[in-house]
Amino acid sequence: MVRFENVGMRYGSGPEVLHDIELDLEPGGFFFLTGPSGAGKSTLLKLMYLAERPTRGRISLFDRDVAALTRAQLPALRRRVGVVFQEFRLIEHLSALDNVALPLRIAGQEEARVRDHVVDLLKWVGLADHVHALPRELSGGQQQRLAIARAVISQPSLLIADEPTGNVDDAIALRLLYLFEELNRRGTTVVIATHNQALIDRFGHPVLHIEGGRLERRPGRRAVI
Amino acid sequence: MARSRDLPLDTDGSTRFLPWLVALMVYLAALTIAGGAALHDAVDSWNAGLAGTLTVELPRGATGAPVPQDRIDAVLAQLGQIPGIAAATRLDASVEKRLLAPWLGQDVDVSVLPLPVLIDVQTRPGVALDPDTLAQRLAIAAPGTRVESHGAWLSRLFRIAGLVQVGAAAIVGIIGFVAVLTVVFTTRTGLAIHAPVVQLVHLIGASDTYVARQFQWHAFRLGLGGGGIGLVMALVSYGALRWTAGQGLLPGEVGLLPSFHLPLLGWIAILALPLAMGLVGLVTARRTVLRTLGRMP
Repeated sequence: MVRFENVGMRYGSGPEVLHDIELDLEPGGFFFLTGPSGAGKSTLLKLMYLAERPTRGRISLFDRDVAALTRAQLPALRRRVGVVFQEFRLIEHLSALDNVALPLRIAGQEEARVRDHVVDLLKWVGLADHVHALPRELSGGQQQRLAIARAVISQPSLLIADEPTGNVDDAIALRLLYLFEELNRRGTTVVIATHNQALIDRFGHPVLHIEGGRLERRPGRRAVI
Repeated sequence: MARSRDLPLDTDGSTRFLPWLVALMVYLAALTIAGGAALHDAVDSWNAGLAGTLTVELPRGATGAPVPQDRIDAVLAQLGQIPGIAAATRLDASVEKRLLAPWLGQDVDVSVLPLPVLIDVQTRPGVALDPDTLAQRLAIAAPGTRVESHGAWLSRLFRIAGLVQVGAAAIVGIIGFVAVLTVVFTTRTGLAIHAPVVQLVHLIGASDTYVARQFQWHAFRLGLGGGGIGLVMALVSYGALRWTAGQGLLPGEVGLLPSFHLPLLGWIAILALPLAMGLVGLVTARRTVLRTLGRMP
């Protein structure tokens, strides 16, 4: 699914922020990504969702060598990846419905089906009353749920979420994690960057811990509640 | 099918004045085309009017004495015997007065002017008479007779008209070039302004073509709308020109030039300008976006 081989990454002529990353995420897995601020979590995720190219090493996504892909081949691969950005990155002039519908429209889905599909998902994430609201009219938590809905609407093969529960209360955070687990059960590989140790303990999925630009994989361990 | 509203291009400050720039460009192009087309039409009408005609000129005597009538009759009789000539008519005073009016005014008394006798000769279709041979033949009846075929004058006129039309085409070409540069500039500015959204839709899986479609249709709408405004302005100006000509304020009304008339092809070219400007915008914006994005990693 996702394979990193000896990957190093630096921005411009700055210091290397990721060193010798070796990673192999099997299809259908559910992973938490943890580490202190500035450890390289966001950079690792950017490499996964093809926003950056590594300085060295080899990255394979869905068994395709990313370095060998042409610019024209990237969109099809990116459509298989859903991303929840830390800063949401919602499009300000589009309604909640249009923001969530964006991946479907980009993929060329029929407009008649798009609306029903999007409205159902907005209901599921608790935004049924905000279908036509603009992002600025929503609270931080609502915007985060909107960003999550946009990431999962097309049922991606790989879901990457950068602190998706950072702005929501515990109940909503749990509900979102259950949504991710449901997607995972349907075959989506999930990678969630989070600082929420309680959630990590509660769900017990394997942990990718990054610190000082180096990655360590730890087995899952579900806490007894 | 890509929707064209993912990028808020309509709210761009960079494109706010684009429709008015396009309107001015279309206005100038329309007037230039109208002028060129009208000139072309005028040259055609001059050519048609003078084709198959010769003018025989019988000069007055050395002392300025009028040409004797028997000499005029002899020349007309000679012309009547030539098989290629359909008709030969002496221009009367009223015709001479009308021809001189642009220079000497409507009230000119031609009887006091030392004018030669002019005979308008119509040749039969397909017949080309040599003016020099004809002049030599007529000189037997009336020494000093000259024959003017209008060819030299027409060829100079065609040359001048051709140069003017090339100039008009060059102006339209420059306007088109400026339109392309304007669209390139505004498209690049739009890409810079909306870089975060462009990057986002890329990460969601949009192709460069998807992004280009949004810019191209936006540019098409602006070009078409601005072109429409320019066309209306040009039509108003054209109407004003026609009205002015109708009031006798233009030289066309006194015979020096044909009246200001736009042929069908000119109308088609002018009415197609807004669409052409829209298409220029569409193609230019598309190519600009694809080239700019294609240079990105």
